[in-house]
Amino acid sequence: MVDKKGIRLDGRKVDELRPVKMEVGVLPNADGSSYLEQGRNKILVGVYGPKEAHPRHIAQQDRAVIQCRYHMAPFSVDERKSPAPSRRDVELSKVIREALEPAVFLEYYPRTSIQVYIEILQADGGTRCAGITAAALALADAGIPMRDLVVACAAGKASGKIALDLMDTEDKVGEADVPVAYMPNLDAITLLQMDGNLSTEEFETAVNMAVEGCKKLYEVQKEALKAKYVIEEEKEE
Amino acid sequence: MPLFYEKKQLVAPGDLLAEGDYLSGDSTYKENEKIYACRLGLVDYDGKRVHVVALKAFYIPVPGDVVIGKVIEATPGGWVIDIKAPHLARLRASDVVERGFKPETTDLPSIFDVGDLIITKVIAYDRTRDPQLTVREPGLGKIMRGQLVEVTPTKIPRVIGRQGSMVGMIKKETGCQLTIGQNGLILVSGRTVENERIAIKAIRKIEQESHTSGLTDKVTEMIKKEREAIDSK
Repeated sequence: MVDKKGIRLDGRKVDELRPVKMEVGVLPNADGSSYLEQGRNKILVGVYGPKEAHPRHIAQQDRAVIQCRYHMAPFSVDERKSPAPSRRDVELSKVIREALEPAVFLEYYPRTSIQVYIEILQADGGTRCAGITAAALALADAGIPMRDLVVACAAGKASGKIALDLMDTEDKVGEADVPVAYMPNLDAITLLQMDGNLSTEEFETAVNMAVEGCKKLYEVQKEALKAKYVIEEEKEE
Repeated sequence: MPLFYEKKQLVAPGDLLAEGDYLSGDSTYKENEKIYACRLGLVDYDGKRVHVVALKAFYIPVPGDVVIGKVIEATPGGWVIDIKAPHLARLRASDVVERGFKPETTDLPSIFDVGDLIITKVIAYDRTRDPQLTVREPGLGKIMRGQLVEVTPTKIPRVIGRQGSMVGMIKKETGCQLTIGQNGLILVSGRTVENERIAIKAIRKIEQESHTSGLTDKVTEMIKKEREAIDSK
């Protein structure tokens, strides 16, 4: 997986991210939207609301609720995936929702719901992280007040080496994977998972590596958010 | 007491705007004596107050606001109106029917039917209850003609201009009647479709270039050019 020079299958160094591309405002019918490409991952996110909660009984009297749907398109993976929500989809929806919740000012808009639809068009490992990054972007695009943007990135262990932003094969053959979601300005972690086995030391290196990756992604995220308006300004002059 | 951005600079959620003895204004929040942005927008300083003019936001009702809404349901006691806010608003039948309102006899859909657009005023809203509307004031009621334009609610102050300078100018130059709803919907009704088209184009220009200065002059110029193009035909 990692050769003697420390080069990985796709030619990256161990502490290198996959090439990323982000865009906001891609869906005219959604209140906020974003599109993200990270390596061969392709993700589309639409955000609606805040609006009246449906069904009514899920509404909370003191805050807004986030309804999150993570969904992988049947054609997003090699073997056709059933379009019905799987156990994995349901779990990731919950995990992503909980990673976004600390960033949004839920208490400002009681009795409402904010709907986040994350559609994985093409998957190549690390979609939960990429999904969180894209969802935060779409929330900001919708004009929903947020404490900070949320960025997520994973680090893991492949053939004995700690590496950043694992792709699908590295994740499947590798020993461990540590996804981290992070709010850069507040220096707070909102999601931390570990799949596999790591020693305490390895775990710490992985988390620090993931946080560094998040900081790099954050710059791209901020640029993408501002890009929509900066271009307009230049045109006028 | 440092400030971290210049006036009119673009900021994203989470950006640190100011530190120390400042007051947190629109689209910002304060934590540990630090003021952060919570929306994408342009920073503005007004004395000690730091605020962000959001580039996109949704409408939060404020009592006293004139808004344009769409009737989505007629219930026995009144109407449910969509005013583009997080909550659906209510308009009570007793507020519309002069006197002797009886739910059994009064035919509410004959007054406002589902799909009708109405100009109303918010009379109460406190987050624990849905917004209450009224039409009991001159200028309020059902919209019979004209065209609707939708802009982001945060741009409404720019469309109005200082002491109404911008709307006043558009009204004068195009001869159109403009009714501005604080929820981002603007009703344009003029004598001809051409006039309405120019007014709508002017509003769209304001929406796109709201962050630039000297906009009133630019818009005036644009309207004049458009008018000349029509007159020469």
